[in-house]
Amino acid sequence: MNFFLDALNWLVDPANHVGDGAIGIRVVQHLGFTAVTLVFASVIAIPIGFLIGHTGRGRGLAVAVSGALRAIPTLGLLTIVALWVGIGLDAPYVALTVLAIPPILAGAYTGFQAIDRTTVDAARAVGMSERQIVRLVEMPLGLPLLIGGLRSATLQIVATATLAAYVADFGLGRFLFTGLKTRDYGEMLGGSILVILLALALEGAFALVRILVVPRGVTAGRPTDIRVRSKGLTR
Amino acid sequence: MTWVWSNLDFIWDRTLDHLLVSVPPIILSFLIAVPLGWLAHRYRVSRGIILTVVGLFYAVPSLPLFIVLPFIVGTSVRSPLNLIIALTLYGVALLVRVVADGLESVDREVRQSATAVGFSARSQFWQVELPLAGPVLLAGLRVVAVSTVSLATVGAVIGAQSLGSLFTDGFQRGIQSEIMAGIVATVALALILDGILVLLGRMIMPWTRPQAAVVRRAAELKRVAA
Repeated sequence: MNFFLDALNWLVDPANHVGDGAIGIRVVQHLGFTAVTLVFASVIAIPIGFLIGHTGRGRGLAVAVSGALRAIPTLGLLTIVALWVGIGLDAPYVALTVLAIPPILAGAYTGFQAIDRTTVDAARAVGMSERQIVRLVEMPLGLPLLIGGLRSATLQIVATATLAAYVADFGLGRFLFTGLKTRDYGEMLGGSILVILLALALEGAFALVRILVVPRGVTAGRPTDIRVRSKGLTR
Repeated sequence: MTWVWSNLDFIWDRTLDHLLVSVPPIILSFLIAVPLGWLAHRYRVSRGIILTVVGLFYAVPSLPLFIVLPFIVGTSVRSPLNLIIALTLYGVALLVRVVADGLESVDREVRQSATAVGFSARSQFWQVELPLAGPVLLAGLRVVAVSTVSLATVGAVIGAQSLGSLFTDGFQRGIQSEIMAGIVATVALALILDGILVLLGRMIMPWTRPQAAVVRRAAELKRVAA
């Protein structure tokens, strides 16, 4: 327990809150990096995911590519990209964008595919154009799964951004590596606790976003709920 | 490539280290997740609590966990045991939900029939619910296997030996082929363990393949009827 007191002392020590390596600056770096990478990956993955989900084409390929990307160890990708493009922030940006794409892509197209086909057909029958179907029917109904995909991508980025401090001088991971090297238990534990708290806070934020953003009608009539309820009624 | 040929012994040793830290968590997480998943499936109160805790746990990044864990359980940071415990926790976090969902997916009519023909609660779990949830559990276990093998490499940055050591060593010495060899070996190991699980699944659940075809045909018929 003594070590956790060290961590607490490290966290509140004024010396750790000034200068370039101040705790606050590191937190902002970590969050900023996460946000930028998430936007990069979303810009690539969401349109492709919507296209796959709407047309139903290329799903097999998307599954295969996502599966292969998921099996690749993040540390391996980080270090090899760092050797290719040089030490600095470029390597983590590239590696993390690549890693964040599969969950977002999967969230985007499974969101569309989980929608009851009759709903889409009904929209077509009342005269909606394909564009309107995507914008007014499929996007809102697929939103819960897309947010789920963004959530796992974010957690993945936060975790791997910590690891990225191994190849670049930035973010909260720096505290972990410095602490390990100098055997400063307060610093490595304090840094670890900060990362864990940050991840849990983001997890909570996504739960909140999900409640705020998803239209009430969508959550009320989620496909799984309907199936469970209808089963109870008919049997 | 010359690096690979002259260091085959090193790669082999790290592969063995890797198996030592990744195989036990896969087995242990399954053994722990089944009773927990059953508990989450059985009672509504425990479902909420267990799934929330497990969900939060899954959000904890691996590197900080590797560092914090030794201070809680008293292992050394570099010891394989530390990695095994951490990876088991992740496996459990992922599998509990899968087990609960798998047991949930067993048809209520089947469950009621089992009760009607005289299965006790215990034998119903072992002989009816668990086998029927089998394919879902296998799918979850395969995800756990692949992600555990991949996650184990992270331990290398804190000095725990695994195939990840090829990344840290290759990065520090600037040897690209060492890192590439590490990536290929890790992915290959994940695929091999995945393949073993699939084969085991076929041996233990010989009914799964025809069953899948039947389900698909039933779904098609339903679609045609609708």
